[in-house]
Amino acid sequence: MRTQEQTETELLDLAAAHFKVDRKKLRPQDDIFQKLGIDSLQALELLTRLERHFGVELPDYELQGVSDFRTLAERIFVRL
Amino acid sequence: MIDLDRHQSLASALDEAFDRYASDLCLIEADRDRERARLTYREVRAAALLLAGELAQQRSKRVAIVMTNQSKWHVAAAAAFRVGATVVPLDPKLTPEEHGALLKHAGADTLVVEHHLWRRLAYDGCAIVTEAPPGAELKGARRFEECAGPEPAPVARGRDDPACIVYSSGTGGRPKGCILTHGNYLTQLKALLDKYRFERQDRYLSILPTNHAIDFMVGFLGPYACGATVVHLRTLRPEFVKDAFPRYRIAYAAVVPLILKNLQTGLEEKFRALTGPRRPLFSMLRWLNRVLTKRRPLLGLSRRLLKPVHRGFGGALKAFFVGGTFTEPRMLRFFYDLGIQVANGYGLTEAGTVVTLNDFDDYRPDTVGRPLLGTEVRIADAGPDGIGEVQVRGPTVMKGYLNDPELTAATIEDGWLKTGDLGRLEPSGHLQLLGRRKNMIVTAGGKNVYPEDIENVFEGLPAKEFCVFAEHVLAGGKGERLLVVLRPDGREYLTELRDRNRRLPDHKRVSAYVAWDRDFPRTASLKIKREALAEEIRAAGGGTVVDL
Repeated sequence: MRTQEQTETELLDLAAAHFKVDRKKLRPQDDIFQKLGIDSLQALELLTRLERHFGVELPDYELQGVSDFRTLAERIFVRL
Repeated sequence: MIDLDRHQSLASALDEAFDRYASDLCLIEADRDRERARLTYREVRAAALLLAGELAQQRSKRVAIVMTNQSKWHVAAAAAFRVGATVVPLDPKLTPEEHGALLKHAGADTLVVEHHLWRRLAYDGCAIVTEAPPGAELKGARRFEECAGPEPAPVARGRDDPACIVYSSGTGGRPKGCILTHGNYLTQLKALLDKYRFERQDRYLSILPTNHAIDFMVGFLGPYACGATVVHLRTLRPEFVKDAFPRYRIAYAAVVPLILKNLQTGLEEKFRALTGPRRPLFSMLRWLNRVLTKRRPLLGLSRRLLKPVHRGFGGALKAFFVGGTFTEPRMLRFFYDLGIQVANGYGLTEAGTVVTLNDFDDYRPDTVGRPLLGTEVRIADAGPDGIGEVQVRGPTVMKGYLNDPELTAATIEDGWLKTGDLGRLEPSGHLQLLGRRKNMIVTAGGKNVYPEDIENVFEGLPAKEFCVFAEHVLAGGKGERLLVVLRPDGREYLTELRDRNRRLPDHKRVSAYVAWDRDFPRTASLKIKREALAEEIRAAGGGTVVDL
């Protein structure tokens, strides 16, 4: 079983790899859109990657109201 | 197609559709690449009657629907119309506080809502919750899936009775609940189908939730009136949207410009990836198609000439509907030249969705088309350039704003709806839309400038998002210059930005850009919320302004 911290770390690893940004520059409290330089449709693409990695379903609405990695990681964690 | 003139209400029109197309496929619900359900017209009616039984027992008069894009939206609306209730469609992307305020303003006695949205809401009326997990604590709310009241007798409604209360601004400020009657919808539907008729069993791809006025018309009422099939895709993820076209052999889809742009980018990438002789061959075929379809579309020919493009969309695509905001003419032309028609238009909730629509008899992508049959458009207080406020009169104009006679009187005068939008009517009858009056900027030189007009010139720059403002809007009252907010930073394409800017007349040129690295706030239909964006930038001290 993953811990919440592990979920957070894995999310940051995946986001950095998917959008080709320096992993060292990503912190859990960072704004997802700002840090990755992506729009809402690209953020939805990331959800599919996360679903495959974590083996859970993440409906589009899970992104609603989320701006930082930590909150997204929390939403994934409760579905694990 | 059913004869809409014979009907007095949406319930009776839907009833005829349920009878006439009983064994035809009505709804397909898909999520990502999986299919969840298929329902015939008979089965949709049966589901609607079970819910209608519950609504009748609850004596529901105003039924609010808050759901993402899914087929139960249709079931809920059909059930509410059956019992003579008024439907209040709400944008699922609003915050719980906004939902609460609008539910209260609308006087909604019943709420049909998805579980994840309901959990965050404080609502003390009758709640009917869909897709609640087994064992979820529902605190008195009912499960949609368990509603099974006895079949209620139809409650007759007339053309002048309210069918829906639709909020035209759910994002702060005074709530504006437009009362749209059964007559408004039936007339609008007939005029729309006069231009774009669905064939029986044509498939419509629904990616916008049905609270969106366009989806309500062309993704719910329109297909039902013609016996077509609606495919609901429960995700907006580009990869699944693209796959859905060939998978379901889609004929029509309503999209917003951002989605259209995404499809365009995907196609352009494919064209660039062509190698060897295929590249010049494809360019030649594209040119040939452009020449041969210059006067009017020849769908059969385009499908043969540009087979791979059309096969990528499933080979059955007839047109996209695009609305909700200003659409760049160059993007419309890109699709038209590939033999893919994109019907753009102009509409507003107060006028029962659509006012003008482009057709392909005399296609003018630089305009928003001509008024629908039965709708009159005039330009009030036009200046010497012919630009003035667009006003609309006709049978689709709303009855008024809920509980707001003052605002109604200020908005509709002698039957003419004052839209607050600025435009010019061409001799051919095409309407050229220049911008929203409230967004209009009066320059230091006293000239009127419409940000939408300038933004069109910046389309295609490698910026992800951009938006033009007057400097004083972003800097708390100071500055007369025009600024463009860019995301991400404009440094990489400064030369092109400057070039494009130079092409604008003096008074429309932007003087500087503001680099902004946060996602622009957008509505559910992905329109930029200009005010909210300006507020974010003001809160951050106006951002970094770089002179051009």
